[in-house]
Amino acid sequence: MPNKNSITLTIDGQEVTVPEGATILEAAKQAGIDIPVICYHEATTANGLCRICVTDVNGGRLLQPACVAQCQADSSVETRNERVERSRKTILEMLNASVDLSEAPEIQEMMSNYQADSERFPDAKSRDHAIIDDNPFYIRDYSQCVLCWRCVQVCAEDAQYTFALTLGERGHDTEVATSFDISMTESPCVFCGQCVGVCPTGALKSKVEFGMQQGLSADEIRQSTRKSRKRKSLNDK
Amino acid sequence: MQIKTQLDDLLIHYSSRGRDALLPVLWDIQTAYGHISKEAVHEISHRLRVPEADIYGVISFYTLFHSDPTGETIIRVCTDPSCGLRGADAVLDGICQKVGVQHGETSADGKYTVEHSPCLGLCELAPAALVSKRGEGEVSIGEATVESLLADELGDYHSAAYSQMGILLDDNDLSNLEQYGDYGALRHALDAISPDDIIAEIETSNLIGRGGAAFPTGMKWKFTRQSEANPKYVVCNADESEPGTFKDRVLMEKRPHLLLEGMALAAYAIGSEKGYLFIRGEYPKATKILEEAITDAESANFLGHDILGSGFNFHVEIRRGAGAYICGEETALFEAIEGKRGFPRIKPPYPTTHGLFDKPTVINNVETLCAVPHIIQRGATWFKGLGTEKSTGSKLVCVSGHVERVGVYEIEPGMTLRDLLEKHCKGIEGSLQAVLMGGAAGTFLTPDEIDVPLTFEDLRGIDSTFGSGAIMVFNDTVDLRDVLRRLALFFQHESCGKCFPCQLGTQRQFEILQRSDNPKNGDTDRLRDVGLTMTESSLCGLGQTAASAILSAMDKFPELFIEKR
Repeated sequence: MPNKNSITLTIDGQEVTVPEGATILEAAKQAGIDIPVICYHEATTANGLCRICVTDVNGGRLLQPACVAQCQADSSVETRNERVERSRKTILEMLNASVDLSEAPEIQEMMSNYQADSERFPDAKSRDHAIIDDNPFYIRDYSQCVLCWRCVQVCAEDAQYTFALTLGERGHDTEVATSFDISMTESPCVFCGQCVGVCPTGALKSKVEFGMQQGLSADEIRQSTRKSRKRKSLNDK
Repeated sequence: MQIKTQLDDLLIHYSSRGRDALLPVLWDIQTAYGHISKEAVHEISHRLRVPEADIYGVISFYTLFHSDPTGETIIRVCTDPSCGLRGADAVLDGICQKVGVQHGETSADGKYTVEHSPCLGLCELAPAALVSKRGEGEVSIGEATVESLLADELGDYHSAAYSQMGILLDDNDLSNLEQYGDYGALRHALDAISPDDIIAEIETSNLIGRGGAAFPTGMKWKFTRQSEANPKYVVCNADESEPGTFKDRVLMEKRPHLLLEGMALAAYAIGSEKGYLFIRGEYPKATKILEEAITDAESANFLGHDILGSGFNFHVEIRRGAGAYICGEETALFEAIEGKRGFPRIKPPYPTTHGLFDKPTVINNVETLCAVPHIIQRGATWFKGLGTEKSTGSKLVCVSGHVERVGVYEIEPGMTLRDLLEKHCKGIEGSLQAVLMGGAAGTFLTPDEIDVPLTFEDLRGIDSTFGSGAIMVFNDTVDLRDVLRRLALFFQHESCGKCFPCQLGTQRQFEILQRSDNPKNGDTDRLRDVGLTMTESSLCGLGQTAASAILSAMDKFPELFIEKR
């Protein structure tokens, strides 16, 4: 029911009334319109990083990220037009050239939705990292990291206040890291597992899942996690 | 234990400080030890109560900070376009050969680390270099040679400034208080003008921000004054880092008190008692001059407590950047002062309500603030009488590259680019091929476009911009593809990595231009898609303009992009 704190706008030709302060993403959801997202997660602070959710508001010079842009009264939002599609497709193609998306089915589906060409950028520098297996609970494969920041955020003010993780370097070389790249067991990590829970790709995964992917038996997996647990307790002494 | 004691001595100055002291602490340690060790990070973490991982993240963001040991002397040679034209590559390679290292390496004897650098803002003295000596700090070197960089005594430089108008700059050196004299505009304002009237005067003057975004200064001040939250801050953006831009450095070196007086007037107008002057770490000379100027102005009671007996307090603190072009973006600059990685914030909210420390903040460019005392002293009507209706006052531009006389020029808006280059700069060296107007984030102009009057409105009319005030001139001996590669390298190096379009797009753009002498099929379309995606979808002004010069080159010099069949 519209009241004085509601605003009305048009999304893809459809009139929508939302509370003042609602984001375009929320308004679109209410109208049953799907806007793709990569970095956005309901449980973490939205930072407008991936820009997959960009929309065209009143044909403005800049496209607006639906996850953080608030609805403007009487505005007209287009969630899919030529400009929007070019941005989404190009971002996906550039991302695919840098990151191993083989364990990110949602992003792969987006790629087919937007006719993104997985070979669009030949000879591109990819972010290759060796798998880091330094604790009994989870592995880190940053070749699959899209830099959504969710793990860093839940480790910090969004949930756990542990501050084991940071972003290191910058630009295309940006990476999720610990202080001086110390192992997770040396870091303040309390192995709460929230980072693994919010990871949208295969960059963070439990050792059980990782072991199963490697074709290890249940016994072998148990042994591998025990061994590392023992190492940890020896380190502590 | 030894190092812990030494660290304690350094850190004692910061005992009651919080995270906002992080960059100053890191600078102290970087200068003393040549790098910031794990042990130092541990100590800082305890003192400032900042997580170790966060500190490490900050160190690795800023290129003048190192977490690994460096040579006793770090030599950085600028390889951006203007220095590239003047033999920077040969100087860099020469040094590397002499000390036996590759770019980015430290010599076996631990004496030298040699790196290439993005623009050092000394373009009129190209090639430029920045030398850091352990225990001493930074020195800027103009007209660098292998010999001058390896000499025991590093030389000073003298910057040229030419003014038709004699407002912001003239031939006089006014760098110390004795030469500058009274803070007459501030005194007059405190005596006789209300803060609201100051703002009205600035609004009437039509002063437009000189940093690149061209926002009306008076409106910015009014919004900030109207914001209810307190305290309010005045921040001077002296993070000039756009390739080809050096006007703010010259202004700060020659007119430090003019800038401080402008900051004090801004503070009085909006109701602020605290100002920060954020200056790029690559400007050691200007930093030193400003530090002395603040001390002198405080002694004379032009700054500090109860200024000139008026009851108005205003303190200015200098903050040194540490090698990150992105910190010229206003919200990234706030993050840097707050001791964080220089990530731009999402806008809105804007600084006028949520700026530094989330408080209402006026942030202005050096040149903008330097115009303020003149407007207050001589009146908005006088200021409006200069230039054009929409581009009032005077404007500084930095001309580098192929002209007979490079330097900072103070011009009256309306002068054509041709007049500037052919008359004031004493002519073009050789035959003109292209002008890069507005800096790396600006646009290329062809020789038949140089009759454009230099005003905000006329430049906008041909889809160009004053931008940072940089004007780079290229004659027909220049390989424009090489220029584009240097611009692309600059943005690839300086993208903060926050939003995907810029983080990925600056890398892809660089890769495509790297092979532009032998392009792959489809490279032109790829480059355009990458460029338009960055322009329309990036989070901040860096990404939104990272393809600007390159897209304009595609329009104006299509022959550079022909794909062989």
